[in-house]
Amino acid sequence: MLTHKKTNVEELAENLGNQTPVGRSLWRDAMHRFSRNKAAMAGLVVMLLIVLFAAIGPFVAAWHYSDIDWGLMGNAASAGQPSIENGHYFGVDDLGRDLFARTVQGSQISLLVGTIGALIAVVIGTLYGATAGYFGGRIDSIMMRTVDILMSIPYMLFLILLLVMFGRSILLIFIGIGAISWLEMARIVRGQTLSIKNKEYIEAAVASGVRPFKIVLRHVVPNLLGVVIVYATLLVPQMILTESFISFLGLGVQEPQTSWGALINDGAGTMRYGTLWQLMFPLGFFIATLLSFFFVGDGLRDALDPKDR
Amino acid sequence: MFNFVLRRIAVAIPTLLILVSISFFLMFSAPGGPFTSERPIPQAVMENIEAKYNLDKPVYQQLGIYIWNIVTDFDFGPSFRYQDRTVLDLIESGFPVTLTYGFWAFVFAVTIGVGLGVIAALKHNTAADYTAVSVAIVGQVLPNFVMAPILVLIFVLWLGWLPGGGWQGGQIEYIILPAIALGTSFLASIARITRSSMLEVLNSNYIRTARAKGLPFRYIVWRHALKPAMLPVVSYLGPAFVGMITGSVIIDSYFTTGGIGVHFINGALNRDYAVIMGFTILLGTLTIVFNMLVDILYAWIDPKIRY
Repeated sequence: MLTHKKTNVEELAENLGNQTPVGRSLWRDAMHRFSRNKAAMAGLVVMLLIVLFAAIGPFVAAWHYSDIDWGLMGNAASAGQPSIENGHYFGVDDLGRDLFARTVQGSQISLLVGTIGALIAVVIGTLYGATAGYFGGRIDSIMMRTVDILMSIPYMLFLILLLVMFGRSILLIFIGIGAISWLEMARIVRGQTLSIKNKEYIEAAVASGVRPFKIVLRHVVPNLLGVVIVYATLLVPQMILTESFISFLGLGVQEPQTSWGALINDGAGTMRYGTLWQLMFPLGFFIATLLSFFFVGDGLRDALDPKDR
Repeated sequence: MFNFVLRRIAVAIPTLLILVSISFFLMFSAPGGPFTSERPIPQAVMENIEAKYNLDKPVYQQLGIYIWNIVTDFDFGPSFRYQDRTVLDLIESGFPVTLTYGFWAFVFAVTIGVGLGVIAALKHNTAADYTAVSVAIVGQVLPNFVMAPILVLIFVLWLGWLPGGGWQGGQIEYIILPAIALGTSFLASIARITRSSMLEVLNSNYIRTARAKGLPFRYIVWRHALKPAMLPVVSYLGPAFVGMITGSVIIDSYFTTGGIGVHFINGALNRDYAVIMGFTILLGTLTIVFNMLVDILYAWIDPKIRY
């Protein structure tokens, strides 16, 4: 700017006031990097399609997910294959229930579990990790030791234990998954906070007398957002995996509700009778979703954390 | 080093106690007791039974007795559902099975995973690298409960090469599918971790020095690059072990191998509290001990770790 050719100084001074500087924020930069990443964009498209499928599927389905097509009950192998004419786009399951409607319903549950689990992780994990990292010292070591101890417990077994003792319910799955999902997030956030808290703007905030908790909320947490978003995206498939695992064992959602894990379990149980569609449709959605989340997560990491690789 | 080991053990013990206590209190707070039935037992008889099994004592004493029995006699109490079988019997019958295919799954995941990762890093940005990366990505979304049906579909139903379940005393053809189904997703993670850490190591200064002084490349890889590149893999072994332990529940119930997982899941479906508690504690203990061993191994390999 200063080495600019010596033009009319007056003109320059005049324009200085009303010219808004055209800059690109870091977020804009990241968006740009992300949109050039083909794998991530493809993942995003697939992800949106699946969300769309879960959202408008119920209006497209010709059957309700718990309704039984009595004409097809018991002879799914011979007459229940996918067909457009009778409205069973994905075929029917063993009980003659429409697999399209059930896949839609399963997608809703699985996506919901994934999103809510990740949300809980974001809120609790971020606050916990930022607090531990910012205050440091004894508070930090007590808080992180607790996380270490909780992490070394095989939580899946505990989740099963909880479900057995207090009855199966989707609410308990949310609580159970949420209760463990924040641990990893807390660790990552703490690590980031340690480097943020030595930055000048934190020093400035301390010097101007901002109270510690306010510093954490107003100055530390917003600067963590990049990392948090990346890991939240990668957490969603983890949560979906956990829920599917539980549902595959028959301990998750209860009939007639379903989820991908439960559908895969049903399909795996009946595939030897030749009803492959019962396995392939839920499996396809499951794999496509996980892959899309991984690709988007990787893309976000590359975009938001360019110093890495 | 000795101090570090001691300190690590000192952390593991409270973790174990927390684990046992949590599961005990969970069981305690669950509705219904072991002798609750539809036909009510006379009050006096009930009291006698409860006295016999120490159920009349305060919770903390019950917990103490429970832990004491486990520590001294390895006694997890009788099963609530199986007649004349204790939890220990179930563990003894199932454990060798799970351990066998678990071991092979571990070997499968580590050898192929590390191999793929190293090859991918050495041949960075070539077809071999892309293949390995694709395997790693696809493997990530193929957890045991997805791999199991796919493998059965291909190798049992279509090709007819292998049996779809059973154990038969652990003959090799009964081990292959469970081991692969259990190991695949860990193979993928190990390959990914190995690749990125190997790439990082290969770009470091001391490797450049080794190359500059004319050491043969194979020698550099084996002697200088592999060991530091393995550190992240070693630290992943802990979570991988936890994953395999929990995965065994799926494998045992899908392949009817008769391992501990099937007892766990049956216990869960039958609300057999003693069994699930016993297994939770046992598997949890295994996990904690294994994590401890991994930490010690890590400290032993990595000279930068301060004890």
